[in-house]
Amino acid sequence: MSIESKQQEIIEEFSVFSDWMQKYEYIIDLGKDLPVIENDYKTDDNLIKGCQSRVWLHAQLIETGRVQFTADSDAIITKGLVALVVRVFDNELPADIASTDLHFVKAIGLSEHLSPTRSNGLASMIKQIKIYGLAFSANHA
Amino acid sequence: MLDVHAIRSLFPILQQQVHGRPLVYLDNAATTQKPIAVIERIDAYYRTTNANIHRGAHHLANISTEHFEQTREKTRAFLNARETAEIIFTSGTTDSINLVAQTWGRQNIGAGDEILLSMLEHHSNIVPWQMLAEEKGAVIRVIPIHDNGTWQVESLDTLINERTKLVAVNHVSNALGTINPIETLIAKAHATGAKVLIDGAQSVTHMPVDVHALDCDFYCFSAHKLYGPTGVGVLYGKRELLDAMPPWRGGGEMIKSVSFEKTTYNELPHKFEAGTPHIAGVIALGIAIDFVQSLSWSEVTAHKQQLLDHATALLLEIDGVRIFGTAPHKAGVVSFNVASHHPFDIGTLLDQQGVAVRTGHHCTEPLWNFYGVPGTVRASFAVYNTLEEIESFITALKKAIHLLS
Ligand SMILES: Cc1ncc(COP(=O)(O)O)c(C=O)c1O
Repeated sequence: MSIESKQQEIIEEFSVFSDWMQKYEYIIDLGKDLPVIENDYKTDDNLIKGCQSRVWLHAQLIETGRVQFTADSDAIITKGLVALVVRVFDNELPADIASTDLHFVKAIGLSEHLSPTRSNGLASMIKQIKIYGLAFSANHA
Repeated sequence: MLDVHAIRSLFPILQQQVHGRPLVYLDNAATTQKPIAVIERIDAYYRTTNANIHRGAHHLANISTEHFEQTREKTRAFLNARETAEIIFTSGTTDSINLVAQTWGRQNIGAGDEILLSMLEHHSNIVPWQMLAEEKGAVIRVIPIHDNGTWQVESLDTLINERTKLVAVNHVSNALGTINPIETLIAKAHATGAKVLIDGAQSVTHMPVDVHALDCDFYCFSAHKLYGPTGVGVLYGKRELLDAMPPWRGGGEMIKSVSFEKTTYNELPHKFEAGTPHIAGVIALGIAIDFVQSLSWSEVTAHKQQLLDHATALLLEIDGVRIFGTAPHKAGVVSFNVASHHPFDIGTLLDQQGVAVRTGHHCTEPLWNFYGVPGTVRASFAVYNTLEEIESFITALKKAIHLLS
């Protein structure tokens, strides 16, 4: 599934929620379900330091030429948001990761989590994912 | 009794809804909201008297200068300083502390000298001293605290010694709300000849401050935490210290005459006010002080105590709540965590319900290292907060905990 169709899928999932509580309950559940990052990868090198919640992101280029992402956070809402972002970019081609516009966060009404004042590391994590995409596509070329 | 509803009506920002709920603003230790008179004064300044001060020979410049200097006099009276020349306008508490570090500090602190801080300090009362200590080879020492967030006062007798040149502490802790016994500390510091700087960022809204009676050497605060505008702060210093201090920033306003051979500096307070200041902001600080002075301190303190007591009691009824800072004397701040929930998660879910609190380390990282937690949720109160708002906050908190569990 392409990055774009995964974004559409998430937007559809969120369209059924009629209030903030349902939305956040879902995000919290996603946070609880996100497979934890292997401890070996939960290193300072992989740490994206937001002001308040911490996010770890590990990226790996596999034989298919696609990138696998695993991630974690110490805050459960951040972790849920991270799960959504990972779902969108995981197992995609580096060039697509680098070039596709991430619009679903705004579309599901959570753009405030992208603001630097939120400092939950999400914005920095997305930036880091893009950098991995660029780096891996450069390696490949 | 304080007429809280009448006071609330003076604050336009409080009348709004956030995420479809009435705003409950409990982040007053970060910054307070502004009464309409302060907002209108800034507007009126730009509409009617905007001119640069202390230099023009024209009508508007004279009026602006007069209004600007009126705030200096109001600030002097507010702090009970002896003279207006002891009131320096800065851009905030942080700026005031840096001014002292870079002038008095660089002149008076040398290798091996000690600067005494406390475990409760805000980063802006730590970092400027670390920078100075690094440059001069001086040593930073720290007043330890008890678990309840009060100083270990008995440690002062050994911590303050003949090497101590300066003690810099806050009057009220922004992270925990502890009101510190600065009177005791000032007496002990002066007994060995050390100077004392008080970070009053959180105290000026909470209680009357009398720098003369306190006998502190420097006192700093920010207008924006006192219902005034951002970008304006105050440094009070004793004249004999300010007079002996070299200027810091060079520029216009702070000079008497300039030639390429020799510049002579202006007198106090202008010596420390280089460049065009935040004129509208300073004038509006005068209105903020008028607002605070129009209230009775005993009523304000009693009201905030009631808010604090109510919030504390309701919080303690909730399973898993741990309050940080349980000093007998506290200002309107309550810092807490709930079980193992991350403060950010709690803060996000409170925000969804219109409740504004601060989450995180509140710029006091060393304190949270002491407690072994990365941070807390902090609710902090101002005169316009109501008991009903405390209840809304608690209801919202319970809902947040429910969602997270
Ligand atoms: C105790 C204390 N000191 C210093 C500061 C810094 O104030 P400002 O950012 O206005 O310079 C604050 C504000 O957060 C504070 O609470």
